[in-house]
Amino acid sequence: MKVKDGSIVSKVLINLFLTVFSVCCLIPFMIVISSSFTQEQMIIENGYSIFPRQFTLLAYKYILADPGQIARAYGVTIMVTVAGTIISLVISSCLAYVLSRKDFAHRGKLSLYLFFTMLFNGGLVPSYIIVAQVLHLKDNILALILPYLIVPFYVLLLRTYFSDIPFSLVESAKIEGAGELGILFKIILPLSLPAMATVGLFIVLQYWNDWWLALLYIDDANLNPLQYMLYLIMQNLNAMRLSPLQGQISTAALPGENARMAMAVLAIGPIIFAFMFVQKYFISGLTVGAVKG
Amino acid sequence: MDSQLDTGKGLKAASQPGRSFLRSLKSQKWLWLIALPGLAIVFVFNYLPMFGVILAFKNYKPAAGIFGSQWAGFENFKYLFSTRDAWNITYNTLFLNSLFIITGTVGGILIALLVNEVRNKWLVKFYQSSMFLPYFISWVIVSYFVYSLLSYDMGMVNNLLASLGMEPVQWYNEPRLWPAILTIVNLWKGVGYGSVIYLAGIMGIDAELYEAATIDGANKLQQASGITLPLLSPLIITLTLMAIGRIFFADFGLFYNVTLDNGGLYSTTNVIDTYVFRALKFSGDIGMASAAGFYQAFVGFLLVLASNLFVKKINPERALF
Repeated sequence: MKVKDGSIVSKVLINLFLTVFSVCCLIPFMIVISSSFTQEQMIIENGYSIFPRQFTLLAYKYILADPGQIARAYGVTIMVTVAGTIISLVISSCLAYVLSRKDFAHRGKLSLYLFFTMLFNGGLVPSYIIVAQVLHLKDNILALILPYLIVPFYVLLLRTYFSDIPFSLVESAKIEGAGELGILFKIILPLSLPAMATVGLFIVLQYWNDWWLALLYIDDANLNPLQYMLYLIMQNLNAMRLSPLQGQISTAALPGENARMAMAVLAIGPIIFAFMFVQKYFISGLTVGAVKG
Repeated sequence: MDSQLDTGKGLKAASQPGRSFLRSLKSQKWLWLIALPGLAIVFVFNYLPMFGVILAFKNYKPAAGIFGSQWAGFENFKYLFSTRDAWNITYNTLFLNSLFIITGTVGGILIALLVNEVRNKWLVKFYQSSMFLPYFISWVIVSYFVYSLLSYDMGMVNNLLASLGMEPVQWYNEPRLWPAILTIVNLWKGVGYGSVIYLAGIMGIDAELYEAATIDGANKLQQASGITLPLLSPLIITLTLMAIGRIFFADFGLFYNVTLDNGGLYSTTNVIDTYVFRALKFSGDIGMASAAGFYQAFVGFLLVLASNLFVKKINPERALF
């Protein structure tokens, strides 16, 4: 009996700890969401809080009343994410498929070609010069897409997954006259849904969450993606606070506390949605590459 | 972190008589063709910049281009290492990344051990999803989160301090506090991912070992220290070594966005990556920026090679190459 009591106590303690920790992980989300539904004056007077003090949709109405800036940023982000993800998934899985083919003569060398980039890279300055001054992609939407098309790690993850599919399937399809692309899209990919969903989610996140490429290559406000717009808002706010002229600068150009948080909510929302959508694949897909080594 | 390469097999096949490069190009042209777009992207965005590292040894003039600019020998490096910055950014990068590795490893293992004890599937899902969520958020959004907690007049933390009768803190003006703040933020964002990897390792342990231990009267704590941790140690050591291999590279977004790029915090938060960026973007000092970038790439490369050598000794299956 004693042992059993002890195990019940420890079970309760474990669950208590994990619950508290999980809630701590969620608290910042709750603050931002609740602030977006709170009167701005309440925030300025009482600060941010976990639950909305005076529920209001004003912040969202404010954004929707003049959606110009945010709608454009949303448009850029959606376009970059959709185009980037589709192209990236196609060329990554093509490359991974070739590298997974046991009868492909040069797969060792090509794997090394890909893999070496994970060990050594030229760093920021040469990359910047290539994109901005050699390819002349400054203020071009392609600068937000092309650099992320191939992430070597994802390609190697897909390759590992594809390698586990019995080669006899490929061989028999070939005997029946299927082409390489046909084999990839009709046999390999349908059998690799967890891996494709996992890598797909990572790629979606990479594009959706990107502000870095915009920070480097985009000066044209019409091409600002959502995250970069949020970055600029925070940057301006901070610059204003630090400025010795504080109070004299018009704050009209900056969205209010609640509107700012509402924009952040609009940027997070689709990610949470995407996460729930692929969750059933996600953890299994993630651990396939990791555990098998 | 899969990346085992079967270079051996591929090379052998390639060196067999009659399987020359040209012949493969012909007989497997479809495979080459569908691999081509990916290979080309890697060439342009990964290999071309590698040649660009020579910039560190040049006196770069945009008009003259990378190859047309004058050689400068080690001038850029001499200049870089004569500043206090070089020491400061190296120290910050190594110190903060060490903190991240230690807290991330301990946190990830602890959470994995605890989640492994929970039998209720619904609860496991809740825990894992909540802890994973921060992983999916951009550093820009994280900077909003941190700001809502640490803002001087509106932040939750100062509100809490005030209700406890304590003085508010100017968080964004206290560089000495930031190693701790960044460590917490980094743990918050990454622990969900880390724990999933360790949990998968724990699930791979033979259940019979636990059954036998239970029969012998070992409690859960004894099982964790006697079975789980020893059997998990190759994974722990491997992942730690791989993290040490990356210790010269900082997570730019964390250091740049979460600090709101506050000049007052540079003394404890300026790392190699943020230094290179600021030198490139704001002071326009390409020579200095690329010297610091080369320093990072070169030392980083050596560290990756060294850590892989150790991994290979301990856990050959997990070695990168």
